[in-house]
Amino acid sequence: MSYDVIIGLEVHVQLQTQTKIFCGCSTAFNPDQPNVQTCPVCLGLPGALPVLNRHAMRLAVKTALGLGCQIAKFTKWDRKQYFYPDLPKGYQISQYDLPFSFDGHVDVDTGSGEPRRVRILRAHLEEDAGKNVHDESGRGRDSQVDLNRAGTPLVEIVTQPDLRTAAEARTFLQAMHSLLTFLEVSDCNMQEGSLRCDANVNLHVHQPDGSKVATPIVEVKNINSFRFTEQAILHEVDRQWELFQKTGKTIKDAPKTTRGFDPDRGVTTPMREKEEAADYRYFPDPDLVPVTFTDADIEAIRSEMCETPVSRRARFLGEYQLSAYDADVILDQGRAVADYFETVAKGSGDPKQAANWVTQDVLRELKERRLTLDAFSINADVLMSLLKRVSDKQLTIKSAREVFLLLLEQAEEHAPSTVRIDAIIAEKGLALVQDTGAMETAIAAVLARNAKAVADFKSGKQAAVGALIGQVMKELKGADAAVVREKIIAALS
Amino acid sequence: MGLSDLSASELLDQLQSGAVSSREVTQACLAAITVQDTAVHAFLHVDAADALQQAAAIDERRVRGESLGLLAGLPVALKDVLCQQGQPATCASKMLSGFIPPYDAHVVTKLKQADAVLLGRTNMDEFAMGSSSENSAFGVTRNPWDLSRIPGGSSSGSAAAVAARMTPVSLGSDTGGSIRQPAGLCGIVGMKPTYGRISRYGLIAYASSLDQIGPFGTDVRSVATVLEAISGHDPRDSTSVNQPVPEYSKSVDQPLTGLKIGIVPEHFSAGLDTEIAAAVKSAIDVYRSLGAEVREVALPHAKYCIATYYLIACSEASSNLSRYDGIHYGHRATSFKNLNEMYAASRGEGFGAEVKRRIMLGTYALSTGYYDQYYVKALKVRRLIRQDFDAAFQQVDVIAGPVTPTAAFAIGEKANDPLAMYLSDIYTISANLAGLPAISLPCGFTTGGLPIGLQLQGRPFDEDRVLRAARMYEATTDWHTRRPNG
Repeated sequence: MSYDVIIGLEVHVQLQTQTKIFCGCSTAFNPDQPNVQTCPVCLGLPGALPVLNRHAMRLAVKTALGLGCQIAKFTKWDRKQYFYPDLPKGYQISQYDLPFSFDGHVDVDTGSGEPRRVRILRAHLEEDAGKNVHDESGRGRDSQVDLNRAGTPLVEIVTQPDLRTAAEARTFLQAMHSLLTFLEVSDCNMQEGSLRCDANVNLHVHQPDGSKVATPIVEVKNINSFRFTEQAILHEVDRQWELFQKTGKTIKDAPKTTRGFDPDRGVTTPMREKEEAADYRYFPDPDLVPVTFTDADIEAIRSEMCETPVSRRARFLGEYQLSAYDADVILDQGRAVADYFETVAKGSGDPKQAANWVTQDVLRELKERRLTLDAFSINADVLMSLLKRVSDKQLTIKSAREVFLLLLEQAEEHAPSTVRIDAIIAEKGLALVQDTGAMETAIAAVLARNAKAVADFKSGKQAAVGALIGQVMKELKGADAAVVREKIIAALS
Repeated sequence: MGLSDLSASELLDQLQSGAVSSREVTQACLAAITVQDTAVHAFLHVDAADALQQAAAIDERRVRGESLGLLAGLPVALKDVLCQQGQPATCASKMLSGFIPPYDAHVVTKLKQADAVLLGRTNMDEFAMGSSSENSAFGVTRNPWDLSRIPGGSSSGSAAAVAARMTPVSLGSDTGGSIRQPAGLCGIVGMKPTYGRISRYGLIAYASSLDQIGPFGTDVRSVATVLEAISGHDPRDSTSVNQPVPEYSKSVDQPLTGLKIGIVPEHFSAGLDTEIAAAVKSAIDVYRSLGAEVREVALPHAKYCIATYYLIACSEASSNLSRYDGIHYGHRATSFKNLNEMYAASRGEGFGAEVKRRIMLGTYALSTGYYDQYYVKALKVRRLIRQDFDAAFQQVDVIAGPVTPTAAFAIGEKANDPLAMYLSDIYTISANLAGLPAISLPCGFTTGGLPIGLQLQGRPFDEDRVLRAARMYEATTDWHTRRPNG
């Protein structure tokens, strides 16, 4: 017997607004000072009323457009009602039957050529809950509630069960991360819980008669890393397969259950089941008014959006002829690095060289100096000027690296600039020698001084030319070694 | 004639001219409370020192010649459902006993900006659910006209305090008649403005789509002046409407010419007390004599209003009141074994019987499988009720009718019969469902000496016309000048 793995994800993304979705409190991550970013509204005090943060709505629409979703012309707010200490009003303001967006898709690279199309069922906007803080000292002290996070805008993205492997699920989340950070709708900081995921998993087991039998669906909740998502699904697949072989239980025999993932042990564990099926008693929130969008509203938001990483990747491969590897390395660094690359590629006229410099020199220096690109002293225009001198044959690549490192070393005293590049070139005599007269004089002098090497070469020792090139280069600092080699060989034959 | 015989508008004239100080007026109110409130029990909390301090500060500013607000120096009592920073707000519930809000409701900010003196907090039916004050966790308020009778509700204390002249004006809230019904039963004027006219920010919610704050006073002019002071758009309430606020206090005395008054035949059918029917009919005759045209209008869906109201109001209430969970503030049970028990015990102990009844009704109506046949259907009927009014207001300017089917009933008479109690709101509920402005004003007395109210309902945001129509009637009658024990 074999089986197919069926996976659907629910991804919760915190939007990067300054303030909460229904009040003016800060959304900054601040676990060390509980309950300081609160007000009557997000504390759910009697009499307080929510007011929609329009910026959160715009970011949510951008997110949905990035996912290729349709935007609803009319959307409303519903109360999802349940009791939990981190939920101060006893209901969460969410969206039930009329989410603001639906019917999108994300294409996931499966590594086998044909991408996997993952359909997005819907994306809706809601408020995040607070956080229950339990006593971990073992002394049985009271649990506490931190409401700093309560009211942070959250987009919930629900996929169709279109993913077929744990690796695909991980790739999907990475694509999502790349898209959302590119669009600057979320920082997707998983440690801080900005991106969280629930995975719905079951198996379709092939029967001898050709039919398929589905195992009961398990929802693994609140996974906060790509790796854990992959591990949780892998474990869940093994567990369900074993269980099915042992019990033969199918989706008809057991309701959907929820489990949590224990990263220390790499296993999923059952979560406490509610005694009866939850009835959230959704109904439209009478404290809020519905939101309507015209086509012009949606187009205005679309026009503010940057290119998605997927379409940018296609352009990098086509327009700049980058390798898939280089394009991915650049895009994985996020929008700032991709923008940096494009500026250098366009201005220097040598995209391949630009890609090499960005993926190797720039990223290496950023890593070593523990910097982000905006704090890097060599901006795109400066690197562009430097590479322009290489493509204009004014500088060798080797010299350009020397200039690059000197620019960085001296950045404290002299901000890197085009003027600095030229100053360093002059100071170090790195200018590529274009004057063939000077080169020929130098070659003639070197050949005259090195009769033995000349004789060696003429008797067939090709290697002897190296020493001659070295000496010429010593005399003419900015010379292009390839040209010198050519000319020496020409002079000797 | 003492200070407490004066209406708010008369007091404001005297305060402005310097004939009396705010301190004197406030002191007179505090004295009246001391003398009368043991019997009436209109107030839950009076901070005398704080009120006198506010009054003294306003007097000082007046002496310095500073420009002052519309209600400068006038004492105002607040229903215990409105948040005022630093003062208790209990909603007459054990659940919120000891709760002190850290912020001001929008109307409280407006009153402070108008330089009113915030006098104290008045009793009510718990969480504004009720028509008699018998649902208060802190004791019943008595009708100043007959202490054995209820004052109406849920804004019981705010109405009784004005009727007993313990405060010139007060604020209440009206979800199904909670201002107009007690105003009618206490022989004073009370108004529920259009939904969205006054910000609900800081009004502790009962049913969000129906709740509206409004003023009580002894005459229409006072109510117009307070309404002007507290109306206006507030960005903190998404349902607050950005409509200019007319100067009601200036226009209220201008009679309307060519006024068209609608009457609804069903209002005068079975269930209406004959004395009330007679009083309301003669009030309509007064309008005829003033040149108004009276014609019948049809509100065919009005008969569904009580069922519709209780489905919508209880559904919203069941949700609005879930925040009282014993976790963050308010009453928490002391004995429980786990989280669920803590919720159940805290809510079980904190809420009274009527509140529990409505939470259960609403929870049921919103449950899977019942939602469509109850809640969704109620919303549809609500729309039909509004359409009836829209059609009627094509023909008439205001609709006149009774406020209540009977005069004030005896304490305990309906306490164990919720359905009979619910019927006391039968004439007032439609205005909430349709979001319309409506006023209750005195139009007579029963042979037993109990006040009778006349209700006028108007078009959305047409408070100005409703007030002027009410004032036209009041100006030719003297019902509003009568007072208990006087």
